[in-house]
Amino acid sequence: MMNIKVLGPGCTNCKTLERRTTEALTALNITADIEKVVDYAGIATYGIMRTPGLVIDGKVVVQGYVPTVEKLKEIIQAPLP
Amino acid sequence: MKDFIANNKLGVAVGSIPVWVVLYLSLDWLAGILVYNVFSLAENEHLTKAIYFFIFEVPKVLLLLTLIVFVVGIIRSYFTPEKTRAALEGKPLFVGNIMASSLGIVTPFCSCSAIPLFLGFVEAGIPLGVTFSFLIAAPMINEVAIVLLFGLFGWETALLYVVMGLIIAITSGWVIGKLKLERYVEEWVYKIKSQHAAVDEETLTINDRVDRGWDAVKEVVGKVWIYIVLGIAVGAGVHGYVPENFMASIMGKDVWWSIPLSVLIGVPMYSNAAGIIPIVQALLGKGASLGTALAFMMSVIGLSLPEMIILKKVLKIQLIAAFAGIVATGIIIVGYIFNAIY
Repeated sequence: MMNIKVLGPGCTNCKTLERRTTEALTALNITADIEKVVDYAGIATYGIMRTPGLVIDGKVVVQGYVPTVEKLKEIIQAPLP
Repeated sequence: MKDFIANNKLGVAVGSIPVWVVLYLSLDWLAGILVYNVFSLAENEHLTKAIYFFIFEVPKVLLLLTLIVFVVGIIRSYFTPEKTRAALEGKPLFVGNIMASSLGIVTPFCSCSAIPLFLGFVEAGIPLGVTFSFLIAAPMINEVAIVLLFGLFGWETALLYVVMGLIIAITSGWVIGKLKLERYVEEWVYKIKSQHAAVDEETLTINDRVDRGWDAVKEVVGKVWIYIVLGIAVGAGVHGYVPENFMASIMGKDVWWSIPLSVLIGVPMYSNAAGIIPIVQALLGKGASLGTALAFMMSVIGLSLPEMIILKKVLKIQLIAAFAGIVATGIIIVGYIFNAIY
């Protein structure tokens, strides 16, 4: 199963990202584990300097902005390199 | 047509500039028509002047803000914290402070990213003092502050604010660097090793960048418009009801203690630039001196209690106290310089 992490200390953008990710997953009919990483040490281990961040199966795919649901669908469906 | 617009967003944006200019230049005329012809208010009355001021200033400042935030949003899509960090790596103290402060203005920054950014800088080995120069400049010198100062007080004040802000960020960071306060950073910070190599550089098309510009407009203007409307309303209102020299006796040029006191009051307070500038305008209108009012404004948006509480997660209390003390001292000195010049 796909593992998704939403990185962010709990600001508005992080909540929006989490909500849109859930929406995109529902629309695509994909089930995934969504985890929230709120502690700064945890966020820092992914090497991102802008929140919010989105990590799919260990790879950072979004940082520093909140994509639209449409864009998130593309990101989720993109094959992992 | 729809596809054409979607594929040529930059063209559409550039094409809208003449519309913006015409609108901006007709504001005076439109406000006149509304006040004198539609509302039929008597000329030269105090109330008429206040209403005219409000009707003219609100769209003017909002138009300026939209344009600048849009342009800055596009410019910022070219600057990322990763690139800024790479540019700062290995720079000696003073040069690093100057670069960090300047990059602080253009690099996208929000207070919720302050800690991840701090950690990222430390991990790359950027000196503490240089990191602080960035963290001081980024919130204090922002496009909203510049637009409002420009719109309400003219370009000289806006420019002076930027220059003074840069001087504070550069010297405060330099002093923090010289004091060698690294031991007051929480130990775990130095142990972080990110497991992942640098994130792939995003490839953005010009259309994506224009989108980022619009996102910035929606986010910033959507958030601050209410403060601007309220602030200008207060500014228009106090003209009639508060005596002209009300503030002169406590925030005037000749009151030497007014600057330290304003900064002391301003430091724990928190507001964004849009919320504080109308207050500054009201203070200035009532006899406060420019140096005192701007020192108050810098201390409110540059230093705040919520920010220090967030920083507490990575810094020990001694370093936070040093940071606040050094920046506050810098603001006070700059305030006196302002008062001496004007």
